[in-house]
Amino acid sequence: MSELVKIATRDSYGNALVAMAEKYKNLVVLDADLASATKTGIFKKAYPKLHFDCGIAESNMMGIAAGLATAGKIPWASSFAMFAAGRAYEQVRNSIAYPHLNVKIGATHAGVSVGEDGATHQCLEDLALMRVIPGMVVLNPADDIEAKAAVEAACAYDGPVYARFGRLATPVFNTGADYKFEIGKGIVLKEGKDLTIVATGLPVYEALLAAEKFEQEGVSVKVINIHTIKPLDEKLILAAAKETGKVVTVEEHSIIGGLGSAVCEVLSEKAPTPVLRIGVNDEFGQSGPGGELIKLYGLDAEGIYKKVKTFL
Amino acid sequence: MNELELKKIANRVRQGIIEGVYSAKSGHPGGSLSAADIYTYLYFEEMNVDPKDPRKADRDRFVLSKGHTAPGYYATLAERGFFPVEDLKTLRHVGSYLQGHPDRKHIPGVDMSSGSLGQGISAAVGMALAAKIDGDAYRTYTLLGDGEIQEGQVWEAAMFAGAKKLDNLVVIVDNNNLQIDGEVSEVNTPYPITDKFAAFNFHVVEADAHDFNSLKAAFDEAKATKGMPTAIIAKSVKGKGVSFMENKAGWHGKAPNDAEYEQAMEELKKAGEALCQN
Repeated sequence: MSELVKIATRDSYGNALVAMAEKYKNLVVLDADLASATKTGIFKKAYPKLHFDCGIAESNMMGIAAGLATAGKIPWASSFAMFAAGRAYEQVRNSIAYPHLNVKIGATHAGVSVGEDGATHQCLEDLALMRVIPGMVVLNPADDIEAKAAVEAACAYDGPVYARFGRLATPVFNTGADYKFEIGKGIVLKEGKDLTIVATGLPVYEALLAAEKFEQEGVSVKVINIHTIKPLDEKLILAAAKETGKVVTVEEHSIIGGLGSAVCEVLSEKAPTPVLRIGVNDEFGQSGPGGELIKLYGLDAEGIYKKVKTFL
Repeated sequence: MNELELKKIANRVRQGIIEGVYSAKSGHPGGSLSAADIYTYLYFEEMNVDPKDPRKADRDRFVLSKGHTAPGYYATLAERGFFPVEDLKTLRHVGSYLQGHPDRKHIPGVDMSSGSLGQGISAAVGMALAAKIDGDAYRTYTLLGDGEIQEGQVWEAAMFAGAKKLDNLVVIVDNNNLQIDGEVSEVNTPYPITDKFAAFNFHVVEADAHDFNSLKAAFDEAKATKGMPTAIIAKSVKGKGVSFMENKAGWHGKAPNDAEYEQAMEELKKAGEALCQN
């Protein structure tokens, strides 16, 4: 499986916007001086009149997106996750989510895989910040195929959506032909009966590799890809918890407030189950190549394997 | 509509403000009263709106960026026929659609939810931009407080509007010189306001917020201005029309008690009757 093509989901995002503009004539794209990094520059090249650079002013960009949405546009407001969900948090809450406007937030450069820029630019809190807002759909696709599908699903959905993309090129493990993306529906990547790994985003593929290693050792691990953090596929998670008796969550996000918390909320109320949360512990990231940081924080297959082993 | 008619409407709007805030036992009368004539001019003279079709596509847009002065906004919308005047008494009550701050999901005629200061102007810029993209003729108006312009986001929005030459956008600053903690010039001065907007590539007009002829001249000048947005700096009196509320920061966000309510309504009714005898 090591020969899989690698694509960063930010590239998927930029390309998907171009594809969607043909279908959705009201689509417009906003950026805040990061078009070359968020990859909305790809869209800008194809549709220069529908791309608006707001300059380095994310708060205003979110408000402009809200105003555009009141006039029937489908705006994709783009920046790094840190600034989209972090700096502009209150604008997202009050100007976009409270009036439930049809604004899509394309947040790239999420997590430690941002790499060398370091902690100030590695957002590990965005899933927590976004999922606590009423009515916000939170998407965290795991590869190129899924990221493109997420953009398409977000365009088709009427309401605010936060979609999270990464900077680091990662393996494209989904296959286009039979792949189906539905907001709020998790995907079972591998069946198993001893334990369930529920993963989201970049480490989904790593979790799958870890599960295959366990399989060789006679431990049967089920793997679920949760691309929608909110609304969470509670049914699928509850069924898996009951089936396997143990659940591990894996995310490139703080272990506080993201997928791990969301899963614990559901399980503790409806089917108390031992849970191990794997993610970045209550700390900031640091500089270094993205791939190395993923290993350092234990979000690669080996790191996931080691932690899960202690939980068997 | 002639000046006398506008004055009569503004008087009823002021009565609606006092009724609403008194019924709610909370709210913001000071900045509502200072903006009452601006609201009246916008909704009865300037803007293309239809109470029977609040979301008609070609309507002019209004965003109340200083969302806390919703009592004045609601009183004006009610006078204009968007919803019953009697409903103003439900302001801020549990279950009422008249929320403490504007709520576009539930209030007929409200184009944008607002209340967190500095955010409304950005939404207005987005609306003006949408009109430019589609070649639509509607215009967008947004009303800001002079305290509100201390928010950095206001200047992000102003920079964008100026840079993109949004001449279909009118930013009005209700310049009553008072904010919660005192005079804006003492809390953290935004002056010179005119020069600031000019520096952000706005055409700037000064107006008397309580003189309909002055407001007409300003809005007409805005309409005639091409290639840049207009900022109207409207000099106003906070609490205008109720003697004991005028120029008092203390009436920014406080409801009148029974005796104060009686006095305020008596003053406004007398002023209204005097207008009818003209």
